[in-house]
Amino acid sequence: MNGAILFYQGRNKLTIVVSRQKPKTIFEKIWDAHVVTQRDGYPDAVFIDRHFIHEVTSPQAFDGLRKRGIPVFNTKRTTATADHNVPTKDQHLPIKEALSRHQVETLRKNCQEFGIELFDLGHPYQGIVHIIGPELGLTLPGMTIVCGDSHTSTHGAFGTVAFGIGTSEVEQVLATQCILQYKPKTMKIEINGALGKGVVSKDIILYIISQLSASGATGYFVEYAGDAIRSLSMEARMTICNMSIEMGARGGLIAPDETTFAYLRGRKFAPSGAALERAIAQWRKLPSDDGAAYDAVLTFDASAIAPMITYGTNPGMGMRVTDRIPTAEELNELNERVSFKKSLEYMGLEAGSRLLGKPVDYVFIGSCTNARIEDLRQVASLVKGKKKAEGVEVWVIPGSKQVEAQARQEGLDKIFEAAGFELRSPGCSACLGMNEDKVPPGKYCISTSNRNFEGRQGPKSRTFLASPLSAAAAAITGKVTDVRQWMDN
Amino acid sequence: MHSMKEKFNVLTSTAVPLPIENIDTDQIIPARFLKATTREGFGDNLFRDWRYDANNTPIPGFVLNGGTYGGQILVAGKNFGCGSSREHAAWAIYDYGFRAVVSSFFADIFKNNALNNGLLPVVVSDDFLRHLIAVVEKSPATSLTIDLPRQAISAGSRSESFEINAYKKECLLNGYDDIDYLLSLHTAIRAFDLVQAETGSSQHG
Ligand code: SF4
Repeated sequence: MNGAILFYQGRNKLTIVVSRQKPKTIFEKIWDAHVVTQRDGYPDAVFIDRHFIHEVTSPQAFDGLRKRGIPVFNTKRTTATADHNVPTKDQHLPIKEALSRHQVETLRKNCQEFGIELFDLGHPYQGIVHIIGPELGLTLPGMTIVCGDSHTSTHGAFGTVAFGIGTSEVEQVLATQCILQYKPKTMKIEINGALGKGVVSKDIILYIISQLSASGATGYFVEYAGDAIRSLSMEARMTICNMSIEMGARGGLIAPDETTFAYLRGRKFAPSGAALERAIAQWRKLPSDDGAAYDAVLTFDASAIAPMITYGTNPGMGMRVTDRIPTAEELNELNERVSFKKSLEYMGLEAGSRLLGKPVDYVFIGSCTNARIEDLRQVASLVKGKKKAEGVEVWVIPGSKQVEAQARQEGLDKIFEAAGFELRSPGCSACLGMNEDKVPPGKYCISTSNRNFEGRQGPKSRTFLASPLSAAAAAITGKVTDVRQWMDN
Repeated sequence: MHSMKEKFNVLTSTAVPLPIENIDTDQIIPARFLKATTREGFGDNLFRDWRYDANNTPIPGFVLNGGTYGGQILVAGKNFGCGSSREHAAWAIYDYGFRAVVSSFFADIFKNNALNNGLLPVVVSDDFLRHLIAVVEKSPATSLTIDLPRQAISAGSRSESFEINAYKKECLLNGYDDIDYLLSLHTAIRAFDLVQAETGSSQHG
């Protein structure tokens, strides 16, 4: 694919033009190879290799197909699961809440009617949509991937162009396997150097967002690079790409390398044997060419990153756990100050104060950001032989059935149980508080998820975003804790 | 051509000011109201937790309560519609009765979702946004005019032009949607799909 563009011309003719054009970024290589038609004044029609759907953002799209009387364009390119609105207890029983039950049943009916494979509740592959794609090998380098969920950017960790879409676009993909898009600008974010003890990939991305703000990358597609990124596992890379949307980016990706290929070996739907070797040979051509130009380039030093925590009501309002919350006067813009004050008021926090030592009521370890096996292992290694603090409620919600099974096989469930943590069944859970897993009004929750918006985890709930390690530490001490200091003890 | 939406041309209406930054789609429509499987009825829960307290009593002072402000234009702070991709946010705003949202900055996915539903996102300068909010807050009966063919928004004696993509403009003016256009590319897409399957972008199953 390096330097080669697939051009679709006329009716059935496909020419591969080996271009001697300017060097390209990985994003441009993938994008250009998926443009079906380009027309002046029109957005690109971009072909989508893989489409994921779930119960919340798909029913109206299927209705659209029904109204038009058209089938799904290619049923093999769409995979469904139930995750956003499912209970995390007693998943084998019918869903109690009528509207939620109806929504999951509607997904079931739609998948059956239109011929789409569904990993339903109880299926060994069920789980959060962005966790099951990679673990099943449905997510492969060089692909274009979309889903009616903004954290589709997670799949970018494999060197894919993956992004979230709305329901009208879900309908477009079901009907035509394409969506209409304008090519975004490109941004490279390089992180070099070694991470300190107790600092993990969640801290890297929370740090970047705190530097760029919740809208700092709007209009861009981000490529994460640098030796600090290269040294990360696939799980850790997914955490970073996952939160690209929290700084407004269309998506984020990381070029595939040996770590990527090793992860893909033996995955259920990934190619195997000679086919895999052929694919890997192609994937090696994906990384950005030397001298490829980006619209923006930012560089960060990994040693400046510490365990991070958010204090406000958007993910850009984050700081090192040892820092103090800024004051309104430290902000530049008058408008910002008003929103800033409103945010701290909601959180019940004082400007200029520190969060360290602040008591928490709930600990949520879950979501497509941090509910993979590596996250659960990190938590378990920290809490092994310890007990949670009195009065703190701790939920561990695995990202998928496979993660849950693996955790049990490794005996992590025993460690959690001994610590007083509750290991439940997979789903989005308190990441968005759509099912019954809600943080009560006014309560503080330290959460490994990706959003701290007002009411995100339940009406009037208050969220501190942090890494699985920091969340685990807070579960043990019952307050916001600097995990580094705690690990030394 | 199949047309699903109302057409948009020139809109003259009073406006509702909401000068808060980073209004995310969880505020526009909280997740617990996303359980419906149709597009209608979301307007009742627009800005639910800002609009009603825990007992479902309207919160005095919120701009949609009390009758001070009304109309088909929402004027909001920077980075409107960030967060979740839920199109329900655009449906809720439209269902409530708004036909345009004015801000100095929109999140990408929201902007797309709005345009796909006949809701016009109008991007103005920070300075003009401040002017609009000041004007509307001072005299709520002031009408704003959004002229899509001319790509201009005006309030009183001041006006500013705004950008909109030519394709999206044509869709809004005529009430077309993207699927109509994509369906017309069916043959080309089919051929593309076959080649993709051969060149290793594997399908599942
Ligand atoms: S876990 Fe949260 S962010 Fe991830 S897909 Fe579910 S709702 Fe979206």
